[in-house]
Amino acid sequence: MPTPLIAPLTATVRWLRRNFVIIIGSLALAYLLLPNLVVMLFSFNKPAGRFNYAWQEFSTEAWTNPCAVADMCGSLGLSLRIAVLATLVATAFGTLAAFALARYRFRGKSATQGLVFLPMAMPEVVMAASLGTLFLNMRVDFGFVTILIAHIMFCLSFVVVAVKARVMSMDPRLEEAARDLYAGPLQTFWRVTLPLAAPGIAAGAMLSFALSFDDFIITQFNAGPATVTFPMFVWGAAQRGVPVQVNVIGTAMFLIAIVIVLAGQIAGSRRQRSR
Amino acid sequence: MTTVAPVGPSSAGTPPAAPVEPSRRGRRGAFSAYWLLLPAGLWLAVFFVAPLIYQASTSVQTGSLEEGYEVTWHFANYWNALETYGPHFLRSFSYAAIATALCLAIGYPLAYMIAFRAGRWRGLLLVMVIAPFFTSFLIRTLAWKTILSDGGPVVSALGALHILDVTSWLGLTGTNRVLATPLAVVCGLTYNFLPFMILPLYSSLERIEPSLHEAARDLYATPATTFRKVTFPLSLPGVVAGTLLTFIPASGDYINAQLLGSPREQMVGNAIQKQFLNVLDYPTAAAMSFILMALILIMVSLYMRKAGTEELV
Repeated sequence: MPTPLIAPLTATVRWLRRNFVIIIGSLALAYLLLPNLVVMLFSFNKPAGRFNYAWQEFSTEAWTNPCAVADMCGSLGLSLRIAVLATLVATAFGTLAAFALARYRFRGKSATQGLVFLPMAMPEVVMAASLGTLFLNMRVDFGFVTILIAHIMFCLSFVVVAVKARVMSMDPRLEEAARDLYAGPLQTFWRVTLPLAAPGIAAGAMLSFALSFDDFIITQFNAGPATVTFPMFVWGAAQRGVPVQVNVIGTAMFLIAIVIVLAGQIAGSRRQRSR
Repeated sequence: MTTVAPVGPSSAGTPPAAPVEPSRRGRRGAFSAYWLLLPAGLWLAVFFVAPLIYQASTSVQTGSLEEGYEVTWHFANYWNALETYGPHFLRSFSYAAIATALCLAIGYPLAYMIAFRAGRWRGLLLVMVIAPFFTSFLIRTLAWKTILSDGGPVVSALGALHILDVTSWLGLTGTNRVLATPLAVVCGLTYNFLPFMILPLYSSLERIEPSLHEAARDLYATPATTFRKVTFPLSLPGVVAGTLLTFIPASGDYINAQLLGSPREQMVGNAIQKQFLNVLDYPTAAAMSFILMALILIMVSLYMRKAGTEELV
């Protein structure tokens, strides 16, 4: 004899089964975003001691005065400078290489491809230690230049992959059409090829900026004591006590990134609709 | 001699458009592929390959910081490193393996949801997966210290549900704390490398034709059977790429173990970092990185053979 409890129970079970994927997926998304929420929340905290790990009291002090911790803003500037320079060089070199790999067949191509992919398939600590050992033995002074060299090295592969994927999906008939309309090689490149490849190049550049800005492991091995990037500042602060301003910077970066990505998506979908 | 034969996308892969006449592209011979590759290739040769070769020679050196190091083909560096840091290697690989398995278990439903169930929310959800990246890796890892803090809501809930009793019996946690235990390190690793699992999974799931699902339904396959026989096999390239992209960096990581674990939960990365930056014993650091690299290489090649996907990269 069915008790009245069974019906709603089976309905719930059926609903759970139907929406299983969405429930688990949403939980996974929550797991991904939880730390960001915590960082955001604790940027409004007024910690009692040196450590900003427990909630004390609401305060907007850190937001009104984000550069109160002088070392932090200095390291932030250094990280930004390095990320901009590394991105410029890695994007330029990587784009050239991506065109070579996507457009030409040549001797040693698969070896070159392997060389380009290898840095992505290697634990960072191995690359970091070997480059550091080389610099040590060449008696190079650790600092801005060594960090920059290391960052360009590991960003290159990511740019190549992003640009190459775009170039391979480009329709070569567009460039042919340009040539048929008597465009010179340079004109074809500037007016057709480059605009077509631009989204891939932009993706590569954004990726390398984010990777360089956030890198800690390779930087720690190749930085020396005097040059402290933002992640290195955070690392040091983790032992001494993390200032609330670090949470402010983290939150600001998160929000800026979301705005940029969403703006890009909206612009992209507008362009598609107008076509 | 040099055979720089230009080639259209038809031989390169994705959608074969019109074949390109070789003669047309051949006119731009001065811009040969080698010139295009020169800057990037040179950079990688000097700052990636040369250091690795140099590291190999460092790993068989003996000496001290004061007297300088010398190549003495002292292979014992490797044995010493293995003997001293064997547990670290074991811990690194088991933590990385558990984190990879958890990433797959958590990431697959999310990738599946974005690919098939999200509709017009797809773009926004993808942004949400990538967005955490932009708050620095270290800041987010430190946030886990707050989330998992002793007596905090998460730990209290796990304790009330008696989950901590089970995990502490397994040796994963303490009886009433999660921070500074293996579980905290694995949790951090899973969290930090989850996007590396989701993105390749998503891109391979997204490529699956919806008509295949319809066909399976028309043939009276249950959703579970459709998943087992159609969706999952077709997503295998993403599974392989995702597991590699999580496992390799996770086994070399030392940030999570340092910030969330205790000295008992240190991984190989911590040991290498310490040898290099604090002890200044470069030969041992070099030998350890080579062992790490070799072990990963062996595991990856075994795995790739087993998974049997050559279409990777």
